[in-house]
Amino acid sequence: MRRPRQENQRKVKETMKDTIELRWHGRGGQGAKTAALLLADVAFKTGKYVQGFPEYGPERMGAPITAYNRISEKPITIHSNIYSPDFVAVVDDGLLETVDVTAGLSPEGAIVVNTQKSKEEIVPLLKGYQGKVYTIDARAISVEALGKNYPNSPMLAAVVAVTGVMEPEVFLSEMKASFEHKFAKKPEVIEGNMKALQMTLDFIHE
Amino acid sequence: MAIRERLSGNEAVAYAIKQINPDVMPAFPITPSTEIPQYVATYIANGEIDTEFIHVESEHSAMSATLGASAAGARALTATSSCGLALMWEELYVAASDRLPIVLALVNRALTGPININADHSDSMGARDAGWIQIYAESNQEVYDNFLQAFPIAEHKDVHLPVMICQDGFITSHGVENILLVEDDKAKEFVGEYEPEHFLLNSKEPMAVGPYAVSNYYMETKKAQREAMQNAKKVILEMAEKFEKMTGRKYGFFEEYRMEDAEYAIVIIGSAAGTCKAAVDKIRETTGKKVGLVKIRVFRPFPEEELAAVLKNMKAVAVMDRSEMFSATSGPLGAEVRAAMYQAKADTEVVCYFYGLGGRDITVEDFEQVYDNLEEMAKTHEVKGMYDYIGLREK
Repeated sequence: MRRPRQENQRKVKETMKDTIELRWHGRGGQGAKTAALLLADVAFKTGKYVQGFPEYGPERMGAPITAYNRISEKPITIHSNIYSPDFVAVVDDGLLETVDVTAGLSPEGAIVVNTQKSKEEIVPLLKGYQGKVYTIDARAISVEALGKNYPNSPMLAAVVAVTGVMEPEVFLSEMKASFEHKFAKKPEVIEGNMKALQMTLDFIHE
Repeated sequence: MAIRERLSGNEAVAYAIKQINPDVMPAFPITPSTEIPQYVATYIANGEIDTEFIHVESEHSAMSATLGASAAGARALTATSSCGLALMWEELYVAASDRLPIVLALVNRALTGPININADHSDSMGARDAGWIQIYAESNQEVYDNFLQAFPIAEHKDVHLPVMICQDGFITSHGVENILLVEDDKAKEFVGEYEPEHFLLNSKEPMAVGPYAVSNYYMETKKAQREAMQNAKKVILEMAEKFEKMTGRKYGFFEEYRMEDAEYAIVIIGSAAGTCKAAVDKIRETTGKKVGLVKIRVFRPFPEEELAAVLKNMKAVAVMDRSEMFSATSGPLGAEVRAAMYQAKADTEVVCYFYGLGGRDITVEDFEQVYDNLEEMAKTHEVKGMYDYIGLREK
């Protein structure tokens, strides 16, 4: 089951609308908002029009939160939340039992779930969702690549691979530049983060 | 060349403040405007600007210190939201009647209660009678552009009034979007140096600011404020024209979106206008129906005649308010537009809607519903009630 991703990406691209809409589900403190902003950032750098925004409420650590991305070749004026996303990313599989993560999700699109479970265990929790289902163990990848559980980098790479918003090579080079800037004073973590991205791109599969 | 960036609305305002490098910024944190003084404090700590930041103990003090600094002759500003603006109430009127060219970065948030942190316009709309110029934004780009135009408008010799630059809390303040920034030197040149005409620290011209006015003087002061507000209309357009020459981005009292041949129009303020634009495009592309949008940018001074001239030829108009005022008619925008239409002797059907209170989301589909309602209304000439709701839960 290794690397059917090139094929999948092509399929996704064929169905791509002017604007890709993506919804993130996570828990307060897990970095779903940060991941949405990072995705907006890297898509912006490849010349796209972007939106990255969280849905705000009285958030606290551990409570379910939602964040959104719109990515387009054209300027985006819509300022509403996203109810019919093309893609959904779930940062915490514990949410599958309490949040309707596939609500409105396009059957032409896909869902990416961060989990240590197998896809067979996850699918029954998705309320009969007919589209593509990707699972990724962001924790294992992060621990192996970085020595710590920072699921953001693997989740970001997984979303880039699944949505096909940009070529993986472009994504990697933009992220490298961004890490070099962000971690100018901690260059030792750059390699680990890049490794986490590369491992995800290699392992992501439907 | 403009600088292509992606910023949140709060980052964009803070960036404009950095480019302006004002003399004094007193501020007190409140969601969702807190990031603005936070970013400015970082610029100061990094030595990028030399603004005097004053840590105050409340918003009442924040506006007091801002107007004190402005009266002394400094270019002064602050930022706030919601209850923070409410706590500034007394000073808002003082700033306006003392004719102090203060700029306030307002990040619109619902007023309590129930307690709510999300976007609506109840804070600034409540302050609409305080004598401040109010300029609203649809996007991060617009709030940045408006902010650069704020001091030149406020400080103009024919105006001398405080300016509130408003944006929708979280929707634009915390949402990251593409933006084109003006280069530092051009931005600085556009805003210019502040040379106050009369100021307290001028030892050659001893003066008092904000003294008691007996009945023999108070009313004339109010008339002078009204004249300044009327003068502001000319100055706002002048600055918009100057800004367009620099950036190519056009501004006025309001934006007309696909209004050339429109028969049905929505009038709205703020970020939801962008969502409405998507509905206009969709309806025109799928049905060919002639729908359009008027997005209010300047609410004070209210562009009554200009607006009525555009709307009076419509078959039906929906005015959409993101704040309550519990009047018999509608929200504040609805009341102003209806009054404008009456003055213009228009016989257009006008309906008012409340939407988005306390951050209630409004979608493209909601706007499609509003245009459907307008079409129906134009057919039957029946306006059911003075106001209605969009997005209200039935139970």
